[in-house]
Amino acid sequence: MDITTKVKELIKEKLNVDENEIVPAARFIEDLGADSLDTVELIMKFEEEFDMEIPETEADKLRTVQEAIDYIEKNLK
Amino acid sequence: MKYRAMIDSVGHYVPKKIVNNFDLEKKTDTNDEWIKTRTGMFERHYVDDTEAASDLAFKATENAIYSSNTTTKQDIDMIIVATVTSDHPFPATACILQKRLGLKDIPAFDICAGCSGFIYALDIAKQYIENGIAKTILVVGVEILSQLINWADRGTNILFGDGAGAAIITRTPSNCISHIIDSKITADGTDWELLLQVAGGSRIPASPDSIRKNAHTIYMEGNKIFKLAVRAMSGVTAEVLKRNNVSTKDIDWVVPHQANLRIIESVAEKLNIPMSRMIVTIDKFANTSSASVPITISVALKQNMIKRGDMVVLTAFGAGLTFGTVLLRY
Repeated sequence: MDITTKVKELIKEKLNVDENEIVPAARFIEDLGADSLDTVELIMKFEEEFDMEIPETEADKLRTVQEAIDYIEKNLK
Repeated sequence: MKYRAMIDSVGHYVPKKIVNNFDLEKKTDTNDEWIKTRTGMFERHYVDDTEAASDLAFKATENAIYSSNTTTKQDIDMIIVATVTSDHPFPATACILQKRLGLKDIPAFDICAGCSGFIYALDIAKQYIENGIAKTILVVGVEILSQLINWADRGTNILFGDGAGAAIITRTPSNCISHIIDSKITADGTDWELLLQVAGGSRIPASPDSIRKNAHTIYMEGNKIFKLAVRAMSGVTAEVLKRNNVSTKDIDWVVPHQANLRIIESVAEKLNIPMSRMIVTIDKFANTSSASVPITISVALKQNMIKRGDMVVLTAFGAGLTFGTVLLRY
């Protein structure tokens, strides 16, 4: 499974949103209805799934679906 | 190790006044739905202005002694109180409790390990029982957090409650399977600034300025703590289980510190333990810091959830950051 598909799957699972809503530009909080803890939990899911560490300062910048995908692709071991 | 230690009995006490989410809606900018989805909390208990930590600790201790079949007050040969909200900065609340109990010539001291306080105290009690120095130790977790709430901070002002839980730790009789199997307490001071009471200590003593700045209240960066808490509790629990060759399938109950339902859910998921085995009282008491684990054990005993012989994990994390896990056969 490629990164984009997996990221979308994790978002769908965590935020309980329809697949069609998870477009690249969708913002987690404003568009997908995440609260502040959801975003923390989502980052933790990414870290677990892709076996990586996302520092707090970087995590704060990941506000959209595409930003998350780009970060993971770039930093994957 | 000469002897084994066990939990003989547990009791708790919470003040009469109940404040639910709807009451908080009237007092501060919040709402029931917001609180429930983010924390799982509904009610919390607050003291009135006649009650201090030792009063709650005394009543919880009475309940613990009442619940025991074998222990009387006079058997207690050590008192450890875990709290960050002692009656006075000094002396130790344990000494005030000692006087209330009418006990003399035994060690009595407080420990300050934030919400992990009860786990820390239990670990210490275990050592004293195992090496034969003490036979019956009173361990109390007590907090009065309602007096430390920063009402201007809507991220934290809904989180805390008051209460006390007391446990009598005794030397295990030779024919009894109940015992504390293992425990680990630890700390990582790197991020101590994420959770603290800013003023009132020697760094920033009480002054008109500290009062004006509302600095005698709880400061917490919740989102950062969230991640650290999940990792800390699941990590130390996995470590303790592994070194005792205990599988998560063998665990009957987990009593986690009641800081946030979503932290508890994340820990359960990481440990692969179903939520049905995680004991949750957060809806009734909110976060009572070091009192949360013993209150939750006490409630679970009264509801016949935890029974003698059950394999139980206690785990907590708190200011420091401190964390730890106790594995026991109740």
